[in-house]
Amino acid sequence: MRDAVGAPQSILILGGTSEIALATLRRLPRSRIRRVVLAGRPSERLAAAVAELTTAGFAGVEQVAFEATDTDTHGSIIDAVFDAGDVDLVLLAFGVLGDQAESEADPRLAVTVATINYTAMLSTGLNAARRLRGQGHGSLVVLSSVAGDRARRANFVYGSTKSGLDAFAQGLSDALHGSGVHVLVVRAGFVRGRMTEGRPEAPMAVTPDEVAAVIVSSLRKGRGTVYVPAQLRLVMAAVKLLPRPVFRKLPY
Amino acid sequence: MTISPISPLVPREGERLLSGWGRTAPSMATVLPVTSVTDVLAAVSAAGPRGILARGLGRSYGDAAQSGGATVLDLSALAQVHVDTAAGVVSCGAGASLDDLLRTLVPAGYFVPVTPGTRMVTVGGAIAADVHGKNHHVEGTFGSHVSSMTIVDGRGEERVLEPGDPAFWATVGGMGLTGVVAEAAFDLIPISTSMVSVDTDRTADLDELMDRMVSGDDAYRYSVAWVDSAHPSGRGVLTRGDHAPVERLPARDREQPLAYDPRVLATVPVVMPKGLVNPLTMRAFNEAWYRKAPKHRVGELQPIASFFHPLDILQDWNLGYGPAGFLQYQFAVPDDSGHLVSLALDRLRRIGAISPVTVLKRFGAANAGPLSFPQPGWTLAIDVPADVPGLADALDDLDGLVLAAGGRLYLAKDSRMSPEMMAATYPRLSEWRRVRDEMDPDRVFVSDLSRRLLL
Repeated sequence: MRDAVGAPQSILILGGTSEIALATLRRLPRSRIRRVVLAGRPSERLAAAVAELTTAGFAGVEQVAFEATDTDTHGSIIDAVFDAGDVDLVLLAFGVLGDQAESEADPRLAVTVATINYTAMLSTGLNAARRLRGQGHGSLVVLSSVAGDRARRANFVYGSTKSGLDAFAQGLSDALHGSGVHVLVVRAGFVRGRMTEGRPEAPMAVTPDEVAAVIVSSLRKGRGTVYVPAQLRLVMAAVKLLPRPVFRKLPY
Repeated sequence: MTISPISPLVPREGERLLSGWGRTAPSMATVLPVTSVTDVLAAVSAAGPRGILARGLGRSYGDAAQSGGATVLDLSALAQVHVDTAAGVVSCGAGASLDDLLRTLVPAGYFVPVTPGTRMVTVGGAIAADVHGKNHHVEGTFGSHVSSMTIVDGRGEERVLEPGDPAFWATVGGMGLTGVVAEAAFDLIPISTSMVSVDTDRTADLDELMDRMVSGDDAYRYSVAWVDSAHPSGRGVLTRGDHAPVERLPARDREQPLAYDPRVLATVPVVMPKGLVNPLTMRAFNEAWYRKAPKHRVGELQPIASFFHPLDILQDWNLGYGPAGFLQYQFAVPDDSGHLVSLALDRLRRIGAISPVTVLKRFGAANAGPLSFPQPGWTLAIDVPADVPGLADALDDLDGLVLAAGGRLYLAKDSRMSPEMMAATYPRLSEWRRVRDEMDPDRVFVSDLSRRLLL
């Protein structure tokens, strides 16, 4: 159960190696955490994350094999986690950036990006929502992106998946309003990390830990949609108003 | 817009968001009204995998009377009251509130054996939390006055429990986890007037306050102190008294010495200006409350409602803390650890957690309930807004001190302690679990509190 000062006892991370999700975990009050489930593709990186959290003093860290593209398995994977005990916080933290040019050249790659970033998020999101709704409490964090606010020429395959994801998450949030389940949609800007390594940095770039800090404080305050950094809310509002001929020529 | 009920996300009939008085961590449950023991039996037999829980008036501060996904029984219609005026005992449905009871009892010349700081609690809740009042140092908890109760246990059996039975004491203070209390009988305090004769002492600091309580409390049936949580001295106001005899009343009141008319003077609006409860307003409130009290006054006559239930004048006052809600930190420590009172006040004042309602009280002997909170010594209760920065760590630090002192926290107030703290400070928890496992082998009774504390 989440307590009066916002500390959860059990956490499920879908995308168990996500830097943002792991940074979020490290920012939560460790003394109350009894169970952490890292769901992801079995890999050295996932095993290392389990080992690292355990060494850092987290109790009950376990890993669960999860393949985003294998949507038929999502229901049973999420059910098994909830059947073993209430989950106070679910982080939907998987996703890929993809390569715009390669996607344009080989649309099958674009389909994979869409399957992971949108279809699999929708599938895990609905499965998690059903179980959270059934237990009558809990929080669901959806990692969206400002890329979904307006798709850019340089990145519109990825942008369109985040756009779809964000619309889905907003609707899910409304569906769960007043049910004891809280949905937090996080629209991050450029996050320095594994996913963006080697890419030119956009203005107002943030670290995974900065995103994590906003997630933790927003969960406490019960906020619905947040931008990281916060100034992006205004920037994106302006960007959405730009005439297309101007927007098309923007460097970012 | 209607969405087909095949959606698992659509609210179902009877579903409601429930929280404690502190409004901190709500959860959704299906509320089921019951009007008879038969209804309770049927509901327990039909309990689903998320379990079942009885809820009274929701005055516990944390998550004791809520249970996400479960069936939550509303016993407010199970409230028939039968007073035996000759014997001075009452039997009633567990959903009867002390408010209901007092309206019947006081004019008949009786008072409830124990009342907490609000009369807006049910008899079932008073037993489940084993509540205490201003007379604890003399007359113990509510559960100590119960002569018998009818419960429905987790096997779906109706049982009558009496104080010789371990099941009775597992239920007193058992937070509703051993069964649903449906009816109870308890003794009453005979009174000849509806007034309390009150002695008030305002003290310059906390030491003086505590000295006076140690030396003088035994001479009074009722005693409680309010502490100025905003002032570094820990100054306070001590009020002590007993039910006034008829001859104390002015002549004009002697014709109707038992007149009882408790009133709600105001209701806190649902939409509160944000930040009404902040260190500045709280400092001002504490200052005014301290100044309003006389330095020393003897034998002032106060109506029952203003002496016992001052907060009930303001209905829904918990909304004053705004959307973030609040919590109450109440601990008990033995006499030799009385210094924890000032330590706790200091620690919370330093993070800006200033409380309007800070209550200090001396406890008398503990009873046989394994989870009953009171133990001899001191108890301090502090209200704190839940969103004060640094609160979680400050309270964890205080938990450590309370634990080391051999003290404990009150489950009816708790909303954030760890399961480890619970197990370490309630040494008879395993004994309670053994009895609970007999009464509710399938763990039908579940609350958010029992999930959080792994009870």
